[in-house]
Amino acid sequence: MLGLNKQDTRLLLLVVILTMAAPFILNPFPEGSAMAQFNAGYPDLMQRFVIFGIFAIGFNILFGLTGYLSFGHAAFLGIGSYAAMWMFKVLGMNVLPALALSVIMSGIFAVFIGYISLRRSGIYFSILTLAFAMMSYSLAYSVLATDMDGPDKQGLLQKGLTGGETGLQLTLQDPRILGQQTTAEGNIPVPSLFGLEMRSAAELNVGDWVFTFSAGYYFAAFVMLLSFYLSIRIFRSPFGLVLKSIKSNQQRLNYTGMNPKPYMLAAFVISGMYAGLAGGLMASMDPLAGPERMFWTASGEVVLMTILGGVGTLIGPVLGAGAIKYMENILSKINSDILHTWFAFLPDGLEDFVVAIIYPFIGKGWHLTLGIIFMLVVIFLPGGLVQGGQKIAGMFRGKKAADEKADGKTTPAE
Amino acid sequence: MSKSNLTRRGLIKTGAVAGAAGLTLPTYLRADGHSGFTNAPTGSTVTLGFNVPQSGPYADEGADELRAYELAVEHLNGGGDGGLLNTFSSKALDGTGILGKKVEYVTGDTQTKSDAARASARSMIEKDGAIMITGGSSSGVAVAVQALCQEAGVIFMAGLTHSNDTTGKDKKANGFRHFFNSYMTGAALAPVLANNYGTDRKAYHLTADYNWGYTTEEAVRTSTEAMGWETVGTVLTPLTQTDFSSYIAPVLQSDADVLVLNHYGGNMVNSLTNAVQFGLRERVANGKNFEIVVPLYSRLMAKGAGENVKGIFGSTNWHWSLQDEGSKAFVKSFGTKYGFPPSQAAHTCYVQALLYADAVQRAGSFNPCAVGEALKDFSFDGMGNGPTLYRGEDHQCFKDVLVVKGKENPTSEFDLLEIVEITPVEQVTYDASIFGGELGACNPGA
Repeated sequence: MLGLNKQDTRLLLLVVILTMAAPFILNPFPEGSAMAQFNAGYPDLMQRFVIFGIFAIGFNILFGLTGYLSFGHAAFLGIGSYAAMWMFKVLGMNVLPALALSVIMSGIFAVFIGYISLRRSGIYFSILTLAFAMMSYSLAYSVLATDMDGPDKQGLLQKGLTGGETGLQLTLQDPRILGQQTTAEGNIPVPSLFGLEMRSAAELNVGDWVFTFSAGYYFAAFVMLLSFYLSIRIFRSPFGLVLKSIKSNQQRLNYTGMNPKPYMLAAFVISGMYAGLAGGLMASMDPLAGPERMFWTASGEVVLMTILGGVGTLIGPVLGAGAIKYMENILSKINSDILHTWFAFLPDGLEDFVVAIIYPFIGKGWHLTLGIIFMLVVIFLPGGLVQGGQKIAGMFRGKKAADEKADGKTTPAE
Repeated sequence: MSKSNLTRRGLIKTGAVAGAAGLTLPTYLRADGHSGFTNAPTGSTVTLGFNVPQSGPYADEGADELRAYELAVEHLNGGGDGGLLNTFSSKALDGTGILGKKVEYVTGDTQTKSDAARASARSMIEKDGAIMITGGSSSGVAVAVQALCQEAGVIFMAGLTHSNDTTGKDKKANGFRHFFNSYMTGAALAPVLANNYGTDRKAYHLTADYNWGYTTEEAVRTSTEAMGWETVGTVLTPLTQTDFSSYIAPVLQSDADVLVLNHYGGNMVNSLTNAVQFGLRERVANGKNFEIVVPLYSRLMAKGAGENVKGIFGSTNWHWSLQDEGSKAFVKSFGTKYGFPPSQAAHTCYVQALLYADAVQRAGSFNPCAVGEALKDFSFDGMGNGPTLYRGEDHQCFKDVLVVKGKENPTSEFDLLEIVEITPVEQVTYDASIFGGELGACNPGA
C-alpha cells in the first residue's frame, strides 16, 4: 500500500490508529479520580507529543541514517517558529503559509549551517552545530531583539525580529494583510486552517470520562503522519541506502568513487526542514516564539528522545518524544501534597518515609527520573524502547510459534 | 499485543461497534458553551491556577508567592484568621469561597522561561480547568502568560512583575496588575537619590538582559538624568548569570561614581556581593564616595545579600514593617502560619487573589468580562498600600510607593530594610497613553 511493503504498511497503520485514538488512549482514568493526575489527553500535551514526534523523526533521518550527531538542531525549531510567527503577523492567521515559510526558512539556514558543519565529522561536527545553535539563540535573545523602527514608533519591528526574552508575540497592530486584523470582538485572531481555529475543541463525556478532541491536535497529527510516511519512504529509498552506507563506512564509499557530501547535505537539510516544520506547528498551536526553544538544552532533548526511542528505527523517535514530553508535563506536576494524599492510608511515620523517598524523583526532580530511565535504557536496551518492544513481542511470539507447531499450521513470521 | 486479529472483517466489526457507540453517546461541544466562557465552574468548587517560578533565579520569590496563595485560599474558604478580609474596604467576601464555591487550586512551574510558563498555564487551563491564572515572577513571563490568557479567555492576575510593558505596550483586557512598575520606581527614587548623593553624579548601569531590565534602566536613567546625573555606561547581563565579577571590573575602569544594579532576585544578590568584594563601597571616585543603587528591592534579596545591603537605596511595593491595619493583619496571619514575615512578592500575590475573588463576588459571575468590569476603576483600601485605584485605561494599580534603604543596625534577621520615604501616589501617576499598546476587548473564550 502506498508503495510500502507489508511490514511498513502495518507500522504506518499502527501509528495512524494510535494518533487518531490518542484522546482515548491518553485519558484512561476517569475525571476526578486520584489517577486523573496521569491523564495526558489534553490538547496542549497531545499537540506536543506529535510536534516533538516530527522533530525527532527529522532528527533521526540525519542521526539514525548517517550517524552524524547534530547538537544544534533546536536552532531550526526556533527558526521555524519565528518564520511562522512573522507569517501570522504580516500575512494572516492561516497556518498553511506559515508552515510553508517555516520549512523554507529552516531549509535555507540548514543549507548554510550544513555546508559549513559537514566539512568535519564526529565530535567536531557536533560542536560546530552546537556553536551555530547557540549563536542563533543569542541573536534571537538580544541582538535581533532591539527596537528597529525607532523609539518613538510602535511599528512591526518595535521589539526587533525576535522579541527577545519575552518572545515574538502577535499584537493588535499587526497588518495581517490577507486575513482579518482583529476579530469582531476586537481581539487578536487565533491561528486557523481556513476558518477552523486551532484552539477549538470538542468534548465527549462518557460516564466519568471526558475526552477532548482538539482541532489543532488532529491537524498536527495529520502533518505528523505525512512526515512519518515520508520518512519511511526515505529510509527505504536508494537515497536512504546511501545514507546508511555513510554511517557504516564513509571511507569505503569514497573509494568506490562516490562523493557522500551532497547526500549528507541533503540529509541535513531534510532533517532541518522537519525541525522547521515542527517549530512552525508549535507556533501554530500557541502563537508565541521564544528564544529558549533554540537553547542547547532543547537540542540535547531531541538527541535524548531519539536515543531513548531507538536510533535508526522508524517509530523509535516518536515513542521517545512521547515518553520525554509525558514525564516533563505529568511527572513534573506532582507535588508533595499529592504524594501525601496517595499514601495517606499508610501509618504516619511510614507515610512520611515513603513520601521522602519518592519526592526527589517527581516535581522539579523529574530530570532525575529521566536520567535514571535513560541510563537503564542505554545499558540494557541499546536499541531503545523499540528494542524493548521487540523483546517483549519476541517472548510472546516464541510461545505462539510453539502453539502453532502443535496445531500443525504454519503462518508467516511477523 | 499478544494476539492480533487484524483481518478485514474484524476491522469492520470493531469499527462499526465504535461508530455506533460514538453516535449514541451524549456529546456536547465546549465551543458552544453552556455558560458562555472558558472553564465555567459547574460543581461546588472553583479552580484557580498559581503559576510561579519554582526553579531558576526567582525560585525564592516563587516559593513565597505560593505560600501567600495558599494563605489566600485558606482565608477565602473561611479558614485561619481571615487576614486581609477583615481590613479590606469591600465587604463582598464572606469566607464561604467565591460565589459559594469552595476554592481549590493547582500549581505550575514557570521556570522563569516564557515557553515553559505558557505550557504550564495551558495545561492548568486545559487539563485542570483553571478559571483564573495568577503569579509569575518575571516580566517576560508575565507578558507571555498574559497574552495566553487573553487568547484562552481567562483572567490573568499578574504577580510580581515590575516592567512598564505589562500594563504598557503589552497590556491586555484580560490582564490586571497590582504591583508597581519601573516608571514609578524612577519617579519615586530619583528625588531621594538627589537629596542624598547630589545632582552631579556619574552613573553606570548593570541591567538584566530582558524586558524588565530594559524598562527599569530606562526609567531610572530618564528620571536621574532629569535631575542632572550623567549616565556613563550601561551593560546588559544574562538573566542566568551567577558570577558578575567580569561585569564589575570594568566599572572600576570607568569614571562612574554610582553603580545602578537593575537586577532582581538571585541576580541582585550575586551582583551586589561581587560589587562589595571588589571594594566598590570603600571606593572614592571623582572626589565622592562611590554609591550603589538597587532600583527594585525586596526583603528576600536583602536577606540573601546579608551585610552588603546596608545603606543601599531602592524602592519596594510593600514592606512588612508598615504600620497600617492591613499590613499588620497580613503580617500576623502569614507569620502565624509560616513563622516569618511575608515578602513584597507574597503580599502582591495574596492581594491579587483576594481582589479577583472580590471582583467575582461583586460581579456575581466568573465570566472574565464581568470580572474585568468589576475590577476597572475599582477603588479600595485596607490592603496595606493605603487607598488604591485599579485604573481602567491600563489595568494598573496606583498607590503610594516606598523608598527603602538597607538598615545599618538590623534588630533581627527579618528587619533588614527601613522605609526612607513614602512617595505619594500623585508623584508617581502618569498618563496611560505614554507607553502605547492597546487593551483590546475582553475575551471570555469559548
